[in-house]
Amino acid sequence: MSVLIALVYPELLGTYGDSGNATILSQRLRWRGHDTELVTVSAADSVPASCDIYVIGGGEDLPQGLAAAKLNESRALHRAVDNGAVVLAVCAGFQIMGERFVGPDGRAGEGLGLLDCVTASTSAPRAIGEVLVEPSREWQGRGLGVLTGFENHGAVTELGPGARPVGEVRLGTGNKDGTVEGAVAGRIWATYLHGPVLARNPRLADLLLSWVVGPLAPLEDSEPDALHAERAARSFGERNRDDHSGTRHSGKAHSGKAHGGKWHGGKWHGGKWHGGEGLAGWLRRS
Amino acid sequence: MGRGAGALSRAAGRGSGSVIGGHAILAIDPAALGVLAGGRQVVLVSGTNGKTTTTKLLAAGLAAPDGGRRPVVTNLLGANMPAGLAAALAAGPAGAPAVLEVDEAWLGRVAAQVRPSVLVLLNLSRDQLDRNNEVRHVAQRWRQACLEATGAVVVANSDDPLVAWAAGKAARVIWVGAGLRWRNDATGCPDCGGTVLFSEGTDDWSCQKCGFSRPQPDIWLATGTAGARAEFAAGESHPLQLRLPGRCNQANAVMAMAGVLGAGGTPGPALAAMAAVAEVAGRYATFDLVGVRARLLLAKNPAGWAEVFDMLAPAPTPVVIAINARTADGHDPSWLWDVPFEALRGRPAIATGERGLDLAVRLHYAQVDHELVPDLVEAVQAAGKRGRAEGTGTGTGTGHVQVDVVANYTSFHQLLARLGRAPGTPGAARAGEAARAGEAATPGAPTAGRGVGL
Repeated sequence: MSVLIALVYPELLGTYGDSGNATILSQRLRWRGHDTELVTVSAADSVPASCDIYVIGGGEDLPQGLAAAKLNESRALHRAVDNGAVVLAVCAGFQIMGERFVGPDGRAGEGLGLLDCVTASTSAPRAIGEVLVEPSREWQGRGLGVLTGFENHGAVTELGPGARPVGEVRLGTGNKDGTVEGAVAGRIWATYLHGPVLARNPRLADLLLSWVVGPLAPLEDSEPDALHAERAARSFGERNRDDHSGTRHSGKAHSGKAHGGKWHGGKWHGGKWHGGEGLAGWLRRS
Repeated sequence: MGRGAGALSRAAGRGSGSVIGGHAILAIDPAALGVLAGGRQVVLVSGTNGKTTTTKLLAAGLAAPDGGRRPVVTNLLGANMPAGLAAALAAGPAGAPAVLEVDEAWLGRVAAQVRPSVLVLLNLSRDQLDRNNEVRHVAQRWRQACLEATGAVVVANSDDPLVAWAAGKAARVIWVGAGLRWRNDATGCPDCGGTVLFSEGTDDWSCQKCGFSRPQPDIWLATGTAGARAEFAAGESHPLQLRLPGRCNQANAVMAMAGVLGAGGTPGPALAAMAAVAEVAGRYATFDLVGVRARLLLAKNPAGWAEVFDMLAPAPTPVVIAINARTADGHDPSWLWDVPFEALRGRPAIATGERGLDLAVRLHYAQVDHELVPDLVEAVQAAGKRGRAEGTGTGTGTGHVQVDVVANYTSFHQLLARLGRAPGTPGAARAGEAARAGEAATPGAPTAGRGVGL
C-alpha cells in the first residue's frame, strides 16, 4: 500500500517551516522501503479525503481564517478523520482544529470542530521561545521522550474533556499558561511546537507513522537524535538558570506559573550538566 | 525641543558614525532624526531582502549625477534603526543627499521624522518571525507610512502583492516590475484575505476574491538572451552591466535606478555608476584562505535563498552554509525547512555555525552529501579539502580551490571578521581583494544592525 501524505495549504499555513514535517514523514517511510506519495494541496485545489496523513502548519491570521473556511466548506478533512486518518496540526493549524479560534477580525472564527478545544485572545504577551514538554505517561510508554520545539503564538488554547494534552510544559508557555501543551484526540496530534516539531523529535514522527503502517524498524538517526539532545539540553539549561533567577525564558514573553521540576539538585555549568539526577537520566526516564 | 544639527553631531563625536553615538544623539533629542535630515534630500530604502545592496547602488547612482561626483550620506554598515540612521546623518556633510536603508519595522516612524523625498519599497517576506511575527502587520505599517509621506515619491515593486498593497494609497508611485521569486508569503490577499493567484510564466497576479491585481509597471527588469535591461513603459531601454551577480541584484539595480529617477536624477549615468559596485559590505567578496578561495554570499531567509541557488558555482563546487539563530537572525531557524536544499544534491555541503546541527538535519532529510563542522573557518577549510578531492578548480589560475560560502546575518559577520584576520591568509592578497572590492573587510563589522531596537 502506498501511504498518502497530504500537505494542506502550505502557502496559507506554512509560515514557520512546518511543511518540513511532511518531508520528514515521507522520507522516514521511504527509507524503510514503504511506498509513499506526498500530495501538496494548494489553496486553489480541493483537499482529497483519501489521504492517510494530513500535515497542517502555522500561519498568519488572514490566511488562517481562509484555510479554516475552505476546510469547513469542503469537509474532506472531516471525512478523512472519520475514516481514521492521522492529522498533525501545528500552531494556527492546531487552533483551527478546535471549536473556535481568533478570526482575522479579532472575533471568534468557526473552527473545524475536530478537537475539543477553544482558542481565544489573551492580554498576555505573545508566547515566543523555546519549549520543552514532558509527554504524558501514555506517550512515554510508547517510546516518546521529551519534546522540544519553538513556539510563537498570541492566542491561548483551552482543552475540553474530549481532548487530552500532549504533556506538561517544562519550559515555555504551551497552550495557555505554562502548564500543558498540545492536544491529542484519536489520531489527531495538535501542538504549538515549531522547529519543525518532527525535525527535532524523530520519535514523534515514528509514533505518528506507526499509527498508519504499524511497528517500524529503527533508522540511522544520529543527526536527528543529536539535534533532539542538543535542543533539549539547551532548554533544560535555560530552565534551570531561569529557576535560579526567578524568571522564565530570560524575561521574555512567557508567563504562567512555575512548575515543581522533577530534576532538582543539578546544575548547568560550563556547557555540562552536573549533579542531581542528570540530564541523560531524565531524558532516558521520560 | 530640538537642538541644532551641529550640536547633535558634536554630541555624537562627529565623524564616528557609530551606533553608540547615534544613541547619544537620540538621548539628547528624540526628534534628532528630523533635525539631522533637515536641509537635505533623503531617500529611504526598505524591504526584507536587498536593502543594503540597493542602498549602496542607489548611493552610487545619486553620487554621480551626469557623470560627476558629489558626496552622499549613507549607512553602509547595515545599522538601519534610528540610532544607526542618526549616526550616519550626523557623520555626513550637511546638505548632502542621504540614502538610508531602514529596518522594515521602523520605516513608518523614521519616515515621519525625516520626511523623505523618495521611499523605495523592495519586497516583504517571512524573516525574523520571533520579532516581526506577521509579515502582514509590517505591510499594514508601510501602507500607513505611504499615506502619511505625502511629499514622497514611492518606488514600489509591483510584482510583490504586499508591497503593491502598501504603496497603493501613496500620492505618487513609480511602479517597478522587479520580480518576485519567493511567493509563499503573498498568496493571501493583503486587502481581503482571498487567494492571490500568480499567472504562469508572467509576473501578473490578482486576487480571486476582490480583484486586487498587479499595477502596470512604469519600469521593469527584462531578462533574456540579449542580457538584462531596464525597460520603460514609455519606450526607453537601458542595458544593465553589473559586477554583482544574480537576478536579484539586477532587480535591486532597477529599483535603485528608479529611486535615482524619483530623486530627480537620470538613469544612464546612475546605471553606469552602479556597474562599478563589486561588493556590498562583504557580500560577493572573495577571500583567500590557505589554498581556498571562498566567495561570501548572504542569505538569511527563504526568499533570499530562492535567489542564491542560481548564483552558486556549478556542482560539484563545495558549499559552506553557516547558520546562527541570534537576535538579529531570529531565534527560530525553522525557516531552513522552507528552503529547497534538495537543489544542492551533487555538491558537497559543509554545515556550520551555532545552529549547524539544525541545518545538518535539514540536509540529512534533503539527501544532500554533507558534514557538520561547527567552527566557521574550519568549515571553509573542510570545504576546500572536499573541493580538492572532487577536483574542482578555480578558473583563476592561482591554484586555489573555489568554494561558495552562504551565511545568514550574524554568522556572515562572524565569518567576515574571522576571514579578515585568519591565520595563513596572505596579507597582500587579502588587501588586494579588499581593494578590488572597494571596501575593507574589517573585524568588528556590524552585528548590531538588525534586531536591535533603541
